[in-house]
Amino acid sequence: MARGLRVLNRLAGGTLLDRLGVRKQSERAIYHASRTGFGVAAAAARSFKGSKPNGAKRLPNVGDPGLFDLTPSEDQAMLQDAAQRFADEALRPAAADANEASTADQALLDMANELGIAILGIPEELGGAGTERSTVTNVLVAEALAHGDMGLAFACLAPSAVSNALVLWGNAEQQGTYLPAFTEESSPVAALALAEPTPLFDPMTPATTATPVDGGWTLSGIKSLVPNAASCELLIVGAMVEGEGPALFVVESDPARMKIAADPAMGLRAAATGQIRFDEVVVPASARLGASAEAATAAYRECVRLSRLAWCAMAAGTGKAVLDYVIPYVNDRQAFGEPISHRQSVAFMVANIAIELESMRLTTLRAASLAEQGKPYAREAAIARRLCVDKGMQIGSDGVQLLGGHGFTKEYPVERWYRDLRAIGVMEGGLLV
Amino acid sequence: MINLEVPKKFTGLVRQAHQVSKEVLRANSRKYDLAEHAYPKELDMLAALVDGMNDGGGQGAGAAGVRRDKSDDTSNKNGSNLSTALGVIEMCWGDVGLLLSMPRQGLGNSAIASVADDEQLERFGGRWAAMAITEPGCGSDSAAIRTTAVKDGDHYILNGEKIYVTAGDRADLVVVWATLDKSVGRAAIKSFVVEKGTPGFELVRLEKKLGIKSSDTAAFVLKDCRVPAENLLGDATVNVEKGFAGVMQTFDNTRPLVAAMAIGLARAAIEQTRSLLEEAGVEIDYDQLATKQTAAAAEFIRMEADYEAARLLMMEAAWMADNRKPNSLQASMAKAKAGRACVDITLKCVELCGNLGYTENSLLEKWARDSKILDIFEGTQQIQQLIVARRLLGKSSAELK
Repeated sequence: MARGLRVLNRLAGGTLLDRLGVRKQSERAIYHASRTGFGVAAAAARSFKGSKPNGAKRLPNVGDPGLFDLTPSEDQAMLQDAAQRFADEALRPAAADANEASTADQALLDMANELGIAILGIPEELGGAGTERSTVTNVLVAEALAHGDMGLAFACLAPSAVSNALVLWGNAEQQGTYLPAFTEESSPVAALALAEPTPLFDPMTPATTATPVDGGWTLSGIKSLVPNAASCELLIVGAMVEGEGPALFVVESDPARMKIAADPAMGLRAAATGQIRFDEVVVPASARLGASAEAATAAYRECVRLSRLAWCAMAAGTGKAVLDYVIPYVNDRQAFGEPISHRQSVAFMVANIAIELESMRLTTLRAASLAEQGKPYAREAAIARRLCVDKGMQIGSDGVQLLGGHGFTKEYPVERWYRDLRAIGVMEGGLLV
Repeated sequence: MINLEVPKKFTGLVRQAHQVSKEVLRANSRKYDLAEHAYPKELDMLAALVDGMNDGGGQGAGAAGVRRDKSDDTSNKNGSNLSTALGVIEMCWGDVGLLLSMPRQGLGNSAIASVADDEQLERFGGRWAAMAITEPGCGSDSAAIRTTAVKDGDHYILNGEKIYVTAGDRADLVVVWATLDKSVGRAAIKSFVVEKGTPGFELVRLEKKLGIKSSDTAAFVLKDCRVPAENLLGDATVNVEKGFAGVMQTFDNTRPLVAAMAIGLARAAIEQTRSLLEEAGVEIDYDQLATKQTAAAAEFIRMEADYEAARLLMMEAAWMADNRKPNSLQASMAKAKAGRACVDITLKCVELCGNLGYTENSLLEKWARDSKILDIFEGTQQIQQLIVARRLLGKSSAELK
């Protein structure tokens, strides 16, 4: 973790933040050029040249401390603080413009990379800073970034979903090939693509298929709401292997057989979401994560759970943004000769936001801490998700309600939080803690 | 390091409390629901056992363990607030009313544990203490208490009327809230330990109730009741600055316990419902979308989510008390969430189980009656929300009424 902290300190020092605002918002033309159909080829992949380590490297589980404790470790507190500063000083001020532009400024993404989010989850042997699993730390960082802006946080964290997946389930070759790139200054644009454009989408039964062919697989299907889709160089794609079950595949961008369509949504717009169509994309036999069919499906299932937890963390962060925003608003806003916070119907709404927000946080942290300790957490993840879907959206709705007509306009951020919080429960994949 | 599991060192206590709860409380649950006001004699044996558990390192299943130790040590503590709450969960999984009837584990004992000085703690130790706050004209608005205490030499003379005193008839002592000066308001309200049998302290009646029937709920009158001055708990001076803090401090420690009661009760209903649903062929798949499960399974997971949220909020509040962090906000959040979750869950369980849930052949209907009091006593849902809102918004009780 030491290396990650060094990076963070550099950021907290201020030089990076000062760079912000210098660059103009660079809108990616594609989002305005290709809103209909899969008109644009995927980005060309860089050539990934890693070394091949001896055997896959996994981060060990965190030891069971035996005591109930809600205090983050010193390292976690420092990271949380740095992420919070980045969120307050860089993400929040950029959020409204990024939402309008449907893209995140490259400078912001570079800065997020320098935060060292990805390298914290990469073992030291592979050039990262990780010494043990860091699910809780990842939750705390995601929460802090989403307090700034959920869309930008999504854009910033998306590549780490791929590196985390490779650390968790990749073999030596996959890790050696791809992970070193994530520790470099210009790390690859990467995305975890699970979701598909269908009602009642069940991630365990994706329509995207992986068919075994001579010496590899061919992938066909459509993935939706992929973050930074147009510039993605590396993907982990969920696909069904007939007779074996769903699995994750490492896919390098292939402009000839992957086509992109813009997929701007209700919220999360800064993440430049897109659909990707895979037309018999050929990947090597080694592209599947997991040594056997059973291991691959187990990895896939865990990936779905950890991804849902990541979205819970996002809900907690944005929910906190709502709470922090409405408190001064209802205290300042006057009606009938006194602050509206003097009315129980207003004050109780604020109280309930706080109560349910803490519920969301605690259930999410519990599932994350079980996960990093290597204990079963399927039930706990489901519980956290249920609360974050229901209460997170309620908080988004109450946030707008408390501001009344103001809340409905773009003058205030609550309408964006309302749109972003609807993503919880809809999104599968994209993030991984 | 962040970890939200039940501490390993308390797993033995939890297992023991669960066993006792199953064999004694759950086993007698229906019996004393039907025989309202009958004394549950099975508890006498049990109380001795709980005393023993308390003496063995302050990790009791009762209410007497919630005292804040003074120490400069800042390392993470899992202490008696947490262990007591965990014990209470197990006991209320068995029966809430019977836990409330547990000798020497009354809310008055919590008040004594929270605010008594060492001499008082010694003097009242080992005795059963009930708590008398509510009056016919004041419930949540405890600042409006009309019972008066007038200093007369070495005694206070108490006059007034008290209702809804849990275990009031069975307890040895009653902690009575009274005002030294009605014109001063909250700051003048003090708590007095009144011994049963004190002249002028008379039982008026026992209430008949919706639920927790095994717990007696008494009404008293105090007519020129003389109480020794040294029975006043806490500071005797009327300090307008400090206000209500003295007596209200008790609640920071007891609200997590009442939340724990709600959590234990909710868990009983959830477990029973799960087994009935599974017998009926309902499958609960935690990985599956709510929209792709049966409505019953989706509803079940929703109930579990509220249950877990309440449980973790409660553990947070108790843990903060153990670590001597101010926890009024968290205690009220836990009580609010647990109170409403418990009512919602037990009522939903009856609905999910249909006629099986509604008949006296199972305990589900009883739990759905017992639950309602948990969203009322020790501060109603609305009072908890007021407390939470005032703290978050920085408002006084005069501003946010």
